[in-house]
Amino acid sequence: MPHFPKPAEGSWTEHYPELGTSPVSYDDSISPEFYELEREAIFARTWLNVGRMEQLPKVGSFFTKEIDSARTSIVVVRASDDEVRAFHNICRHRGNKLVWQDYPGEETSGTCRQFTCKYHAWRYSLNGDLTFVQQESEFFDLDKADYPLASVQVEVWEGFIFVNLDPSNTTPLREYLGELGKGIAGYPFHELTQVHKYRAEVGSNWKLFIDAFAEFYHAPVLHAKQAVAEESRKLVGRGYEALAYEIDGPHGMVSSWGGMAPPKDPSMVKPIEQKLRSGLFGPWDAPDIGLDELPPGLNPAQHKAWGLDSYVFFPNFMLLIWKPNWVLTYHYWPTSYNTHIFEGTCYFAPPKNARERLAQELAVVTFKEYALQDGNTLEATQTMLESSTPVKTFPLGDQEVLLRHLHHTARRYVSEYQQQQQPAKTPVRA
Amino acid sequence: MPTAPLSLPTEFADLDPFANWALPSERERYAKRLASTMDELQSFYDAAFPRLEAAMTYLEQFSMDALPDDAKHLLWLYCALVTVSFPVEVWRQPRVPDSGASTFDAILEPAI
Repeated sequence: MPHFPKPAEGSWTEHYPELGTSPVSYDDSISPEFYELEREAIFARTWLNVGRMEQLPKVGSFFTKEIDSARTSIVVVRASDDEVRAFHNICRHRGNKLVWQDYPGEETSGTCRQFTCKYHAWRYSLNGDLTFVQQESEFFDLDKADYPLASVQVEVWEGFIFVNLDPSNTTPLREYLGELGKGIAGYPFHELTQVHKYRAEVGSNWKLFIDAFAEFYHAPVLHAKQAVAEESRKLVGRGYEALAYEIDGPHGMVSSWGGMAPPKDPSMVKPIEQKLRSGLFGPWDAPDIGLDELPPGLNPAQHKAWGLDSYVFFPNFMLLIWKPNWVLTYHYWPTSYNTHIFEGTCYFAPPKNARERLAQELAVVTFKEYALQDGNTLEATQTMLESSTPVKTFPLGDQEVLLRHLHHTARRYVSEYQQQQQPAKTPVRA
Repeated sequence: MPTAPLSLPTEFADLDPFANWALPSERERYAKRLASTMDELQSFYDAAFPRLEAAMTYLEQFSMDALPDDAKHLLWLYCALVTVSFPVEVWRQPRVPDSGASTFDAILEPAI
């Protein structure tokens, strides 16, 4: 018996008939060949979130981003005209990586007046123009104007910086983010400047970790020990149901209740949570961030028990907006078909005092404790999916509709790409 | 890692035996948790938890950008209490159960 109403079709999944309801193959998560296609069809062609405007506070501020899945490294900079620009991180002279510290594979950030290559000191302005060539007279008919840094499309949505590595892309970022992006425009993300960021190397396909975070069906079971015993039994008995799901194009969202911030009864939560008035759902006492009214896309069911909305912006960016005025983002950066780098970032309003700082610390550390359990489960899943077991398809429930949609979308992008590239050949099945 | 324990406000001298928990980053606090026995975690928790409300009241007299050094150390120590609350209150072991070899490292956190 559902606690929350479902669409007229009887389920969230059937509300989106293109998804079907049959068991799903996870071949798209265990195949090196399919991953190579994803790199071309998805990561080299869609808008990817690489950071926030707060990382570029002034002219000359820059950061680099390794995007192995699209076979490149980029440098993102606030240029002289105050506009954000992005470039492939390569010197035009002989291909050295332009911006890096000590270890070429590690990301870096800082502030500079120009970019100078470590190798032969060729220099580029913040706008990407080649401005200096060491011993220029030794070169043959070299016109510096012919050798700017290779630029990358970059656009900013609500302070989130996105790049698109396809020079022929014609879809503006806002159009790509669609109705779900539009529905949360105006949220005061820029007020949330207290940032805690975590990174993990995960031994699974990138989609499997999105799967783990795109459903809360697992939460009462996998994380049972995180609640006090009586509460935990109640949660398992009740199971999990979302307030609503929405899917628009390649993106999806789940809207969830959040009865734990604050809990109805303090004895439901651990002593540290009672004392610090905080926990997984964030600090219970929401700071004022100038949010008089929620943007229209949030809490689509208009439910009074609303606790958070969790967005999956295809391919690899998740954005969680919590009722007590904080935000969490997840990024999944593939490094091979069965490994990826996960980044989890918590954004809070700057704490006014130590009490608020400790409440935030508890929310962050709680997130970490959960993520460690989630991350470990993924390796277990990946190894079995890759094993020789005859189990090849998996039933997904209605609370897993976003997973069904994610894998459906990845396969659709790959198959459309294959059709564009080789119209004569039959698409590889996955 | 500091070699000598850091100073705490005199009002919290009772916590001096645990001043080596006053570590400035979550990474260090978590590493110390993993390197401790449950007895060590429990005794730190038992000493610090009852003083949590008093510590917050004490620390609230300062704004976050004007914390004197000893107050800063006290706040670090209470961030460490957050870190050890999980093994003491729920896990009964220093490591997160079912977390195997997985790691999850802070790469950016606001300095106190």
